[in-house]
Amino acid sequence: MGSLIEIEGVSKAYGGLRALDQATFGVEEGSIAGLIGPNGSGKTTLFNVVTGYERPDAGEVRLRGEPIHLLRPDEVFARGVGRTFQLTRIFGRLSVLENMLVATQRHEGWLRSVVRRAGSQAERDRARDLLEFVGIAQLETHPAASLSYGQRRLLELAYVLVADPQVILLDEPAGGVNPSLLNHLADRIRELNDAGKTFLIVEHDMGFVMDLCARITVLDQGRVLITGSPVEVRNDPAVLDAYLGGADDEEDAA
Amino acid sequence: MNVIARLTGIAIVVAGFVAFPLVFSNPTTTSIAFFTLVFMVAATAWNVFSGLSGYIALGHAVFFGSGAYVLAITAEKWHVAAGWSAFELVPLAGLVAGLIAIPFGFVALRTRRHTFVVITIAIFFIFQLLAFNLSITGGSSGLQTPTPLWTAVGYNQRFYYVVLAILVLTVAFAWFVRRSRFGLQLLAIRDDEERALGLGVRTRRVKLTAFVLSAVPTGMVGAVWAYFLGQIFPQFAFDPLFDVTVALMAFFGGLGTIVGPLLGALVLEALQQEFTLRFSAGSVYLVVYGALFLAVVLLLPRGVVPSLASLVRRARWAR
Amino acid sequence: MGSQYAKAVVDGVLTGGVYALMAAGLTLIFGVMDIINIAQGIMVVLGAYLSYSLAVHAGLDPFLTLVVTIPALFLLGVAVEWLFMRRIPEQERTSMSILVTYAVAIVIEGVLTEVYGVDYVQLHASYVDRSVHLLGFYLPYIYLYGFALAVVLLGLIYAGLYLTRFGQALRAALQDRRAAELVGIDVDFVRTITFGVGIAVTAAGGMVFGATNSFNPNSGYDLISRLLTIVVLGGLGSISGALVAALFMLVLEDVVAVAWSPTWSTFVFFAVLVIVLTIRPVGLFGRAATRAQ
Repeated sequence: MGSLIEIEGVSKAYGGLRALDQATFGVEEGSIAGLIGPNGSGKTTLFNVVTGYERPDAGEVRLRGEPIHLLRPDEVFARGVGRTFQLTRIFGRLSVLENMLVATQRHEGWLRSVVRRAGSQAERDRARDLLEFVGIAQLETHPAASLSYGQRRLLELAYVLVADPQVILLDEPAGGVNPSLLNHLADRIRELNDAGKTFLIVEHDMGFVMDLCARITVLDQGRVLITGSPVEVRNDPAVLDAYLGGADDEEDAA
Repeated sequence: MNVIARLTGIAIVVAGFVAFPLVFSNPTTTSIAFFTLVFMVAATAWNVFSGLSGYIALGHAVFFGSGAYVLAITAEKWHVAAGWSAFELVPLAGLVAGLIAIPFGFVALRTRRHTFVVITIAIFFIFQLLAFNLSITGGSSGLQTPTPLWTAVGYNQRFYYVVLAILVLTVAFAWFVRRSRFGLQLLAIRDDEERALGLGVRTRRVKLTAFVLSAVPTGMVGAVWAYFLGQIFPQFAFDPLFDVTVALMAFFGGLGTIVGPLLGALVLEALQQEFTLRFSAGSVYLVVYGALFLAVVLLLPRGVVPSLASLVRRARWAR
Repeated sequence: MGSQYAKAVVDGVLTGGVYALMAAGLTLIFGVMDIINIAQGIMVVLGAYLSYSLAVHAGLDPFLTLVVTIPALFLLGVAVEWLFMRRIPEQERTSMSILVTYAVAIVIEGVLTEVYGVDYVQLHASYVDRSVHLLGFYLPYIYLYGFALAVVLLGLIYAGLYLTRFGQALRAALQDRRAAELVGIDVDFVRTITFGVGIAVTAAGGMVFGATNSFNPNSGYDLISRLLTIVVLGGLGSISGALVAALFMLVLEDVVAVAWSPTWSTFVFFAVLVIVLTIRPVGLFGRAATRAQ
């Protein structure tokens, strides 16, 4: 059975630095998949390649069998793939609601957009529903730049959801978020997953990932070490090695 | 502020503008008023593009000057009589300016913001040079425009009302854009263009459209200005100071707002005219102008209108 | 006829060197601070006027005036940076810097007009009007000395960049500001000094400009448009790019003046920029956009 997303042999280098090295794994439809690895292992680069912000030097990325690795970000987005960023990218000077409305753009011809009001009633309602869903509806009129870090993460999730993507890539959603908000976020992800959405989550927070994800892929220095269940990953010696960075070896040598 | 209060306020302001030249009919005063209105239009139009998208264009003088020359050239070639009929050429000037903006914008908007500024300046100088050197533009001796036989008072008043009409249309247009989906996309581009693109905004088309739309009113007032003066020269029709003046006015009042450019034009243009009258030397005016702008940057970095608005808001919440 | 072209090339190279120096200052300021200093043009004029005053009233040789004007403009640069550039919010740094430096330029132009009036002046020295007969051309001494000055100063800048610790810090800040901060480089200090240096070079350029052209306070506009064109063509932030672009453009302009006409040579100057940017939006040596702006 083919996976929803297939990443095959993807390599990417910056000058002499090998960010991704023949990375290969798949994400099943309707699953919540995790992508972990020590700092600098290439997780964000992989996200960039999948969503069109960067082109791979070699390899392929396929969505439902169709190659997407050469598409522009907006084209990837149009195929139902949404994504958040590690350093939240929101439109700071726009209000929270306006941030949501920006994402509704692709539903209309650009010329007509000059005369149409920014956001029909239906779109506003939907935007409000989503803000309600993530839990920041009360901040609707606030400028996005005034939101706390955690709130920005929620806003980013909300506006990625506006276009109703089938696949959602989350880049470090838990970073810098307080525990209660984190649980709230995890619940939301599960809810969306129950409704049929597929997730691929990059994270550092082990608890979060192990708890949430059915399958986890581990990257180290651009290579895939293992793809397996949380239990398998937790006990894999290569993974432990990668994270501890060979400290065991040093102790042995001393 | 509820809708009725707002509409009443606007109506009062518009009435004030309409009544102004009738009350203060002194030609010197109405002359200043005319130029102020011209800059109000130019600043508002510029703001629709640069204020919303964040791409600082310093080449809109191209549209102003082109509008001026279109009026002068067509008035001569088509033997248009002096008087009201010459005003019919104004929309044509705007149209031509808009057409020029298409290739201009297409080339310029391929670059990043920093480079964009420079390429607009370069294209501006190209146009200025063309105006100086092509025979159709009369070269450095410039061109004449028809001279209607109206009284001094009536002359100024007629031109004033024409520009006022253009101003009302331009402001209405700017307001529409600001609250439209299109305007929202521009603002998103200003904050994070790449992210906007990633969310499906057709950034290239949006920017180009805004650029072209901002050129039209600019070309129109350029034409009216040319007609008013009776004679145009390349260095005044394509004046580098025009671009920075318009930018400063919009910024002073508040980039991206509706009232901002109007306020900026009002204050700065009136200031300039007063200085020219009182001190005749233009240089003191330059110093004050620049210093004023620097003061605004340091104290009210978002421009006068947004800063005042947030002061008012803070005062309200403090109660 | 061929010798006319050869002379045009030589003239272009000589003046190009001076423009390269001024453009280097501009591109350095951009590379380190993300600031487009529109005032660079009027600063050159200011440098020219200062040298002029010193030469006329104190009887100093134009090159000697540099002893005063270079430090003076350096200090001016530092003052402007500290007073204004520093206060520009990070978010819209580049757009705002354009307007702010334009305002500074306007103030300076106003002051110069008040002090000197609008009449054209030119710097004169005993040897300015004399030329040397070299390789079959008559090359005015001033052009040669000016070029030599530009070479020396550019050499000093390169030496400073690659041989000193400060230069290393500057290059780091040029590459990646955030990383430089993390490594402990005092970026504020680097910025201030860089801005000062960027303005100081206009003193030298101004002196040569003032000796080879008649000028008045209005001359700033033409200058800044050329400098900006050169800098963008070479790629914002690249000194070697500015060097190549300056030489190329000035030679091209002088050759076109001979081949076609002087009026159209200026046109070509800007037309080349537009053409190059259409094909390669980042300029000849520019790096592709990596940071969000």
